[in-house]
Amino acid sequence: MSDLLWLIPALPLAGFLTLVVLGRRLGDPIAGWLATSTVGGSFLVTAAVFVDLLSKDHESRRLTQTLFTWVPAGNFEVGMGFLADPLSVTMCLFICGVGALIHLYAIGYMRGDENFSKFFLYLNLFVLSMLMLVLGDNLLVTFLGWEGVGACSYFLISFWHTDESNASAGKKAFVTNRIGDWGYMVAMFLTWTVVGSVNYSDIVATQAGASPIVGVTANMLVVLFLVAATGKSAQLPLFVWLPDAMAGPTPVSALIHAATMVTSGVYLLVRLNPLLESATWANDVIAWVGGATALVAATIAVSQNDIKKVLAYSTVSQLGFLFIAVGTGNHVAAIFHMVTHAFFKALLFLGSGSVIANMAHDQDMRHYGNLRRYMPITAATFIVGWLAIAGVPPFSGFWSKDEILSGAFARGGAFYGLWVVGLVAALLTAFYMTRQVVMTFFGEEKWRSLDAGGDAHEDAEAAHHDDAHDDHAHHGLTPGFEPTESPWIMTVPLVALAALALVGGVMNLPFTSGTKFLEHWLEPVLAAEFHHPHGATLWALVVIAIAVAVVGILAGLGVYVRRRVEPDVVEKDVFAHAWYIDESYARFAGGPGRKAFDAMAWFDRNVIDGAVNGAGWLASRSGDAIRRLQSGQVRGYALGMAVGAALVLGYFVTRMGF
Amino acid sequence: MLAAEAVGTAFNPLPWMIFVPAVGALCVALLPKARVDLAKLVAFVAAACSGALSIHLLNLFDRGDGGFQYVVNNLWIPSWGIGWRLGVDGISLFLLVLSGVLFPIAIAAVNPGHDDKSYYAWLLVLMAGCMGVFVALDLVLFFAFFEIVLVPMYFLIGMWGHGDRIHVATKFFLYTMFGSAFMLVGIVATAFLHRQGSGGPLTFNLVTIATDQSIGTAAARWIFLSMALAFAVKTPLFPLHTWLPDAHTEAPTAGSVILAGVLLKLGTYGFVRFGLYLFPEAARFFAPLLLTLGVVGIVYGAIVAAMQKDLKRVVAYSSVAHLGFIILGIFALNVQGIEGAVLQMVNHGISTPALFLLVGWIYERRHTREIAELSGLQAAAPIFAGVFMVVMLSSIGLPGLNGFVGEFLTLLGAFKDARWWGVVAASGVILAALYLLWAYQRVFHGPLTEPNRGFREMSWSEGVAMAPLVALIVFLGVYPKPVLERIEPAAKALVAHVVEHSGAMRPDIPAPAAASEEGAVGTDGSGVVGGGG
Repeated sequence: MSDLLWLIPALPLAGFLTLVVLGRRLGDPIAGWLATSTVGGSFLVTAAVFVDLLSKDHESRRLTQTLFTWVPAGNFEVGMGFLADPLSVTMCLFICGVGALIHLYAIGYMRGDENFSKFFLYLNLFVLSMLMLVLGDNLLVTFLGWEGVGACSYFLISFWHTDESNASAGKKAFVTNRIGDWGYMVAMFLTWTVVGSVNYSDIVATQAGASPIVGVTANMLVVLFLVAATGKSAQLPLFVWLPDAMAGPTPVSALIHAATMVTSGVYLLVRLNPLLESATWANDVIAWVGGATALVAATIAVSQNDIKKVLAYSTVSQLGFLFIAVGTGNHVAAIFHMVTHAFFKALLFLGSGSVIANMAHDQDMRHYGNLRRYMPITAATFIVGWLAIAGVPPFSGFWSKDEILSGAFARGGAFYGLWVVGLVAALLTAFYMTRQVVMTFFGEEKWRSLDAGGDAHEDAEAAHHDDAHDDHAHHGLTPGFEPTESPWIMTVPLVALAALALVGGVMNLPFTSGTKFLEHWLEPVLAAEFHHPHGATLWALVVIAIAVAVVGILAGLGVYVRRRVEPDVVEKDVFAHAWYIDESYARFAGGPGRKAFDAMAWFDRNVIDGAVNGAGWLASRSGDAIRRLQSGQVRGYALGMAVGAALVLGYFVTRMGF
Repeated sequence: MLAAEAVGTAFNPLPWMIFVPAVGALCVALLPKARVDLAKLVAFVAAACSGALSIHLLNLFDRGDGGFQYVVNNLWIPSWGIGWRLGVDGISLFLLVLSGVLFPIAIAAVNPGHDDKSYYAWLLVLMAGCMGVFVALDLVLFFAFFEIVLVPMYFLIGMWGHGDRIHVATKFFLYTMFGSAFMLVGIVATAFLHRQGSGGPLTFNLVTIATDQSIGTAAARWIFLSMALAFAVKTPLFPLHTWLPDAHTEAPTAGSVILAGVLLKLGTYGFVRFGLYLFPEAARFFAPLLLTLGVVGIVYGAIVAAMQKDLKRVVAYSSVAHLGFIILGIFALNVQGIEGAVLQMVNHGISTPALFLLVGWIYERRHTREIAELSGLQAAAPIFAGVFMVVMLSSIGLPGLNGFVGEFLTLLGAFKDARWWGVVAASGVILAALYLLWAYQRVFHGPLTEPNRGFREMSWSEGVAMAPLVALIVFLGVYPKPVLERIEPAAKALVAHVVEHSGAMRPDIPAPAAASEEGAVGTDGSGVVGGGG
């Protein structure tokens, strides 16, 4: 099986290359089917690898394959090597599985787009990069994928590039991610200088060996990798690119900015768990960055009116939960929630895409209402996603989120505080998702009362101003508009993802050791065991978690259905403005930052070059005084110089020898 | 006599790589003025023959040998010890190939518009000079080629350039000559002090002088500085860089291509060959200074590039930043740094000329390079935009494309032996993304405005010129091994030379703890639970 590993990334690569050459000719929809089938093929190969690993002894579930030496330089040598172990196979399964479903959906969503085949070309390239990221057997191949997904994210966010704001959003994503990449690169250099290699197996062996990396070095390494992860996984303070990334077509938001790419920071940290085990305070930093992000992003999500923006901030918040899990050493829970989140968040994004596509590309939830009547499948599956993310048992999100929170509780001490933060964020999650479901699928049909112009709502203006639209098409919502359900090619993935979001929890049920399949499966790649609470504590935590979800939902219903409280009370301005974080960055970059850059350019032009020109001017003035023979002809002038140069040379030569 | 006789009986391509374009230049000059097409053809054939020889050299080259190969060692002016001494090693090999590939492309891809005959003749002279610089193993011979190069470049900018071309050409010429004067003094002093120190006859033989190391420490440091000044201007190193954006911008496209692709490498190559090799102790001594200037160049070049309003100037300033990485790698003084630096010379010699070609074609279509005048070109010419994107991502250093491997190795080398310089320099990857993507957005994204509406898609001939460059960009990004393994023996020999003459290095990187066991991950993973805290 080991010699077939290369097939997993090779299939999307083949799809990508085919589309580069033949994409336009294949066109709509064949290009889409081709791309979908390559990802489906990768899923099948991964499944075969999965079965193969299952059949092996617990401790020898590990396949490697090195295709060739990529970068050999002295005692630094890195191969284009793949590693299939329980962790990477888990990642590949959901990347290819969810990825294939989203590809399928996109065939319907992107129908009629003039760059249809180019969209799938990028999508295949993305899947290729993502697979390289998780399959790489060393930090450098992972970095190849890491940057590759970043580039694809850039291409796809600015896919509708004639709109200036889409182009800006793409650039912002790339540049912000590069800040994280700086951390990744320095971390890689440091790893090499202390381990002597960037291969994961060498890092693991070093940490298990006689002289593991500990102390300041271990903490520094973890912090540097955390910098990398905060970029890619949109954590404080680098999360600002992700909400803007919603400018991309909705399948992109589902695939890249919810299910797969944004989790790669978490994957990286879990992959390096033997290193994290040796670090001390750096783990606490990870956990608290996650806690702060989970909470801040959840508050922002409460005040968003763009259907995708709510989900974007929700993603940031859920990624914060994953960081809490990683920082508390609860790596299984991180992977568990990563997978269930991939199911339900992809579902929610695709559901929102279905709504957007059928609401004339208007993304303002204040124009929606009662859509369950027109889009029954979209509504039903969206509700499944809602219950899953809100943490209602037995939906998948409940099990995985509970495991993160109870894990934080189990660490005790300051982590009780983190546990409370997590609970508040979870409560807000249930609240804002309830708000979204109510505004979209229930209540009155608000577009009926829109002015004929479409978007004349006074209060809508502000939201429109900075919202990135899913399409360059302008809103066509009129009071007479009749929404319809999406075609089967879009609803089938919704149903499949809804099923996964419903039952995904079974992969790691906390009842007995026998039901913790994922935990056993991942055991070989984890350096240490995590001690979960058990007995009465566990049950008490479960009850609290359920209570929080229920309270959040009831509060949401109270505000948005019963209207017990005016929404304005909850939807604070500071939340709507995302705590002014992004705005202050923008103000800094546009103000002092820009001025500093300008000053530098001025300095270059006037001081440095000025000095040179000044010297030249002086020389030529004194030259003019002597030489009045200036012909003004280029040739003569230049020839004179050449001859002069030769004379100087000749002078030295003659002086020297005789 | 000037004629070179190859040592041994085997065919030695080195002299021919210089002669063929030189003779070609003569032929072009003798052609009738009206036969423009013929001039281009002859020029292309001559350049392509020399290029083919350089590629043939790749085959002939013994990849395991760290010393000079295909050495020619004939005395030219015996009384002064000046010789026609040529040779190639892993460091110069790919710079020769780079020149061999770029000149034919530059000749084929753009037409000068007027005075074709002299244009092509000068380009061939330039090629002969560049080839000569990279194979010269004699100080005077090196100096001669180094200077010869200036003359054709002066005419190319002055006659076929844009804007204030005469002023710019003069500035370029004087600025570089200013540096060269110091180098000439350095070369003469080197030879005489070597004679004094070694007691042997006067010689300008690079290998002899470098091997003997008979010049006193203080004198060597002064000479190093004087030579470094010449190379720093050529590279160019901050703050001696301001001739470059002007020269790049006003030069005709072929001039910019050669300037960025080959000429700048004369400086960095000089640092390696006539800095590190000739004066290892002095190079070591001044390394902190040069590392600092390199890092400043990386950050400063990127910031100034971001603020340029002319697309060609953005690319020009990006060279300042990229060359900073090369200097950083060279003065890391270890195998990774030097290998990375040499690879980065090649990489920069591929992607920046490609960018100049693309910007040149934009100018041909729109007659402007003002970023503010351009908008939405991707909508009008998606293939053109796609090619630009690939080349730009290579320049940004995206893994999988060539720019990354070199940049990564220079940073890795710097981090190993000059840690904080490496950490600061790594921030260049953020800035590179910033200025290039911003430029790309303003030019290619956004609405397709009226004056840009008719922007022509990439033509077949343009595609043919770009194809080898794009192919190299991808190939060297995925499989740089053939290049690296040929550079490595020479880089190792050079590092050993530096270490030998300048004291021990820092302790080397440890060997990985356990490279052998396959099942280690699982067993150790679960076994360590108890002591995991």
